[in-house]
Amino acid sequence: MRGNAAMHDLVAPGTLAGVLELLAAEPGAWTPIAGGTELMVAFSAGRLAAPKLVSLWGIPDLRAIDVLPQSVVVGAAATFLDLRRHAVIAAELPLLAKAASWIGSIANQSRATLGGNLVNGSPAADSSPALLAYDAEIELISARGRRRVPYSEFHAGYKRNVLAADELLYAIHLPRRFASHKQYLRKVGTRRAMAIAKVALGATALLENGAIREIRLGAASLAPFPTRLLQAESALLGQTITRDTIQSAHHALLAEVKPIDDIRSTADYRSRVAVNLLDEFLLQLRREESH
Amino acid sequence: MSTNESATSSKRWPAIRFNVNSEARIVKVPPMKRLLDVLREDLHLTGTKEGCGEGECGSCSIRMNGELVNSCLVPVLQVEGADIQTVEGLALDGALHPLQEAFLCHGGAQCGICTPGMLMAAAQLLERSPNPDMPQIREALAGNLCRCTGFIRIFESVAAAVDAQSASPATKLTTEQMHHAR
Repeated sequence: MRGNAAMHDLVAPGTLAGVLELLAAEPGAWTPIAGGTELMVAFSAGRLAAPKLVSLWGIPDLRAIDVLPQSVVVGAAATFLDLRRHAVIAAELPLLAKAASWIGSIANQSRATLGGNLVNGSPAADSSPALLAYDAEIELISARGRRRVPYSEFHAGYKRNVLAADELLYAIHLPRRFASHKQYLRKVGTRRAMAIAKVALGATALLENGAIREIRLGAASLAPFPTRLLQAESALLGQTITRDTIQSAHHALLAEVKPIDDIRSTADYRSRVAVNLLDEFLLQLRREESH
Repeated sequence: MSTNESATSSKRWPAIRFNVNSEARIVKVPPMKRLLDVLREDLHLTGTKEGCGEGECGSCSIRMNGELVNSCLVPVLQVEGADIQTVEGLALDGALHPLQEAFLCHGGAQCGICTPGMLMAAAQLLERSPNPDMPQIREALAGNLCRCTGFIRIFESVAAAVDAQSASPATKLTTEQMHHAR
């Protein structure tokens, strides 16, 4: 059944304050819509359960990318093309630029926003492994004020997050200290363009005298929401990369992931590929360290 | 510049104003109506096609403020004040765009459903990168699906348009190179 446009109200206050006022007046009644690459698909299919929508498109505050001394602050409504074209992101946060280039096609990247990718909360979200590997922070805003949460605590279950009914995702804060870390991102899907991930892994690590001093592993499609692989991280922290530590990281990873069988892949395949991706990263780390 | 009010306008909906192919237009339609449907039903610009209706196939690609977008995923309220270019806006004063000429000469169109989207995606590429290589052409068209020609003739057509524009033999790509381009 086709969606009927006359059944939905859509307003565009045009300012952040205007949007927050609406959300405060009727918490939960308004569904924010930015580039529409998720919600309009649901609308076309006649399954958009949102009678009242408020547009975030064209609000400059929400689309700004600010480079501060310690961090890059990306407005929630910055598009993936905005990210790909940003010189500092390309140079210092290459995993995010790479993830942005994987999102759908150019016509999707021109509309899809980083904030929308996170709020939509797909377990397979393309930007999530990079944001987890970079230890991103999420800034939320409402008429009551602002607050920040680590991105690793933003998702609260399948398609659920910590946003209150009157809150909007405002910005994503990316620390700039990862330039000195080894970085890795790989997505496994059915084809290069347009595919949704079967599994993806993003990683950053800092080595000191051959031992892993810092490591962050961000995974997509291995749990009900994008997640850090904290057990695998602790198995590796402080260790040198040997056959034994790689083995114990495998065990830790397999014990903590919760992959499922679905239309895109199987739990078994996802587990095997996740282990292979972790191996690829660790072997790359070891190879680069020995040079 | 003329202002045409949609024939199917209703008093109930607020007026939404935007430019289509450099012409000012006003529609009074539900704000959630898809730009694709407004173009086809209200403005009678049926060059823009619907394929999948979910942003996967690129048939409905148009340019909005200089960016390529899938018009099936744009609620019309969001184009208030915007400049829209559709395939009808590619030809200038009856003269086909070099891309259109190239698609004609090199077999880039067969059934025609994907063609307007292919042309708009290619036009977007040439506007940002006037001298693209084959990987750039392939990336630019990766969101546009064709079920007839198998893409090679489409890629060849875009490459031919690039050649025609630059007229530099160094940029000419052979079919063989295109088959190997990744």
